Amino acid sequence: MVGIVGYGAMIPRHRIKVEEIAKVWGADAPSYKRGLMLEQKSVPTPDIDTITLSVEAAKNAIRRAEIDPKDIGAVYVGSESHPYAVKPSGTTVAEAIGCVPDCHCADFEFACKAGSEAMFVTLALVKSGYMKYALAVGADTSQGAPGDALEYSASAGAAAFIMGTKNVIAEAVHTFSFMTDTPDFWRREHEFYPQHGGRFTGEPAYFRTISGAAVGILKKANMKPGDFKYVVFHQPNGKFPLRVGKMLGFKKEQITPGWLTPRLGNTYSGSSPLGLTSTLDVSKPGDMILMISYGSGAGSDAFVWRVTDRINDVRDKAVHTVKLLDENQFYVDYGTYAKYRHKILKNK
Amino acid sequence: MFPARIWREMPQRYRLEAAKCTKCGTRYYPPRLVCKECGSRKFENYTLPEEAILQTFTVIRTPASQFSDQAPYAIGIAKFDDGLQMMAQIADCEVEKIKIGMKVRLEFRKIQVDGSHGVLSYSYKFVPKWY
Amino acid sequence: MREVAVIGIGIMKWGELWEKSFRNIFSEAALNAIDDAGVDHIDSLYVGCMSGGLFVGQEHVGAIMADYIGQKHIPAAHVESACASGGLSFRQAYMEVASGMSDIVMAGGVEKMTDVSGDGATYALATAADQDYEVFHGVTFPGLYAMMARAYMKKYKTTRAQLSAVPYKAHLNGSKNPYAQYPFPIKLKDVENGVMVADPLHILDCSPITDGAAAVILTTVDIAKKLKKPIIKIIGSGMATDTIALHQRETLTSLKSTELAGERALKMAGKKIDNVDLIEVHDCFSIAEIIVTESLGLFKPGQGAKAAADGLTALDGKIPVNTSGGLKAKGHPVGATGIGQVVEIVKQLRGEAENGRQIKGNPKVGMAQNMGGSGASAVVHILEVA
Repeated sequence: MVGIVGYGAMIPRHRIKVEEIAKVWGADAPSYKRGLMLEQKSVPTPDIDTITLSVEAAKNAIRRAEIDPKDIGAVYVGSESHPYAVKPSGTTVAEAIGCVPDCHCADFEFACKAGSEAMFVTLALVKSGYMKYALAVGADTSQGAPGDALEYSASAGAAAFIMGTKNVIAEAVHTFSFMTDTPDFWRREHEFYPQHGGRFTGEPAYFRTISGAAVGILKKANMKPGDFKYVVFHQPNGKFPLRVGKMLGFKKEQITPGWLTPRLGNTYSGSSPLGLTSTLDVSKPGDMILMISYGSGAGSDAFVWRVTDRINDVRDKAVHTVKLLDENQFYVDYGTYAKYRHKILKNK
Repeated sequence: MFPARIWREMPQRYRLEAAKCTKCGTRYYPPRLVCKECGSRKFENYTLPEEAILQTFTVIRTPASQFSDQAPYAIGIAKFDDGLQMMAQIADCEVEKIKIGMKVRLEFRKIQVDGSHGVLSYSYKFVPKWY
Repeated sequence: MREVAVIGIGIMKWGELWEKSFRNIFSEAALNAIDDAGVDHIDSLYVGCMSGGLFVGQEHVGAIMADYIGQKHIPAAHVESACASGGLSFRQAYMEVASGMSDIVMAGGVEKMTDVSGDGATYALATAADQDYEVFHGVTFPGLYAMMARAYMKKYKTTRAQLSAVPYKAHLNGSKNPYAQYPFPIKLKDVENGVMVADPLHILDCSPITDGAAAVILTTVDIAKKLKKPIIKIIGSGMATDTIALHQRETLTSLKSTELAGERALKMAGKKIDNVDLIEVHDCFSIAEIIVTESLGLFKPGQGAKAAADGLTALDGKIPVNTSGGLKAKGHPVGATGIGQVVEIVKQLRGEAENGRQIKGNPKVGMAQNMGGSGASAVVHILEVA
């Protein structure tokens, strides 16, 4: 049996409301809120980045895994906001959790599915017997260009998963990956903000790719939507995951525990991974969970998870995702947000 | 900030590695070569806990240049249950709500950024313990 | 050990001395001391300076000053103990004369702090703290003392007004000191109304950035008698260090280095703190003076602030503290401060303090307490009219 042995989340404290952003750009807040099904998003303070979020999420995963970090054989951080262009975020994460030096490390990127990619690869390393445990993190402190639609949703968060074959919490029963060259959202080297194709990011990109992965994995697993207790989709806004769920034949109750975007924003590489940690927090032994990530460019990684008895023992060994999301929130105004996110140019 | 200086302190800054004198038990963070109390040169490594109690603090309003965009920020001294103390910034807390005696957690944060092309320095900051 | 006396003192106006260079500031004070002593040659020189390198890019401070004060080929040393560099320079000079190695030695101190930006000065001053475990996290000097102040005020329920009494007194005394950087009085309320630097310390709780120098000349009591100079003997010298990091001290509300340095100096002098007629203390921040007076044994722990507020340390008080105006009003050119303190003590003991600053009643014994950083080093000297 191979699967998740420990999972952990980290979300920053600060938030900004849609109204606050809309006010500055003269946009109609209610229609953004309706259209995106979004209330607010998380905002990282200047001392928080992909590395710091990954470390804290990884520590929570270690708390639930109850393993010696030295037994982790690989650390992969998937993000589109790695602090360095050259020097993997994973090196700092590995050093901080203490699994150096006998450890493999690489950073992953694939827009919002960089985290699920890390999950995909770590499962394979552990399943093949290469190593005892491997850590996969999806983390981002993503940026949206000022005044752009993405500014309302681009937020920060991290989810970490330790994969192994012993003391599994959620078995990885099946995996499937679907990928094409679909340029719906991208960022050129040295650019600060990404670009996107507007409505092109919808049907030909997000919906087509997730559906492709869904059809593929359900066929491989010989399962139907009704066989799952929960489903987690990549959630760039509140609306898309509900719509794709409906399209594919899932019910809203299956999606709800992992549906965080309305209060969290889009944590990019953390998006479906955090949906998964949040779902695991409420899941029971025997529950089947389907997770389908999406990364622009474009691809989807799909996973069928079966929750084991061990979930009851470890669920409370670290903080729950919704607690991090809904409690102890600090709201900021646009000026503070712009300062925190380095959107203000200062003369050198 | 030259990379060697940052790299050398990582066991202490990233993993809170401290040392205990094997002869008289006195603890040190960062570790040292000789025990001040008994003169012994032998130590045993251990890791500091991730929770502490705040002993004092202040709010820096005129910082050194690397921190100029962060002002005002709170910084304080917290004590671990084994008696050792550490200095760190206090994050995620309104300044008026910081109280001597409050429980804090250590959370991994970026401490310094060396301009637009230097190495990043990481360590811990104190955050109020709310879970 | 031979008996040593101070026979010459030299000081100059401290402040933002744009036209004067590092080497000329020191030369001015040194020449004043040489004139006051009535000698033309010194055997050896100690120069206290925290950081010629960081402030003006100049190290080799002993050599450059020996050169510029015209004393060819004499031995010279740069002495550093952060803000206690001056006091330590005095101690080294004392030891060289007392030991018999030299007969006439100058102890000077100098700092030129305005050739760098405010940021540059903050950076240089922070080198007195623990770089890797305090400064790394973003603490500044005011921050360290602010943390002590907060812990002290909580423990002893000290009021803001009591804390303000210290800078108020400093300026009152300093207004009478022609060499002070800020020779004007302030109102008590000005202190708490000033801009906040690091809670709870406001701008007037903090000593300033200053350019300045001071120098004194030491010789044996026998030579002093031959030169027919007023003999101000050095009867006690004490120094102690403590942990560099504030968070590694035994307590946040007292200063062990000062306690021990004071005890050692008093023991050597064969005196008790009650025998001392006046004290110059290191009031780098208002809270520092309060804690130092307690650590020296003048007041019980927790009583120092009230004592200042009640006027016990005023010019005409029971034990005058900082008749010069202290670091707050006189200025704090780091390396020079410790020597400046000795200059004031000597003036008072000689009966020469200017402008009505002179303590009445013929003071006989004076003490100077100089401290480095947040208290990692302290030097105390006791002088007595022979």
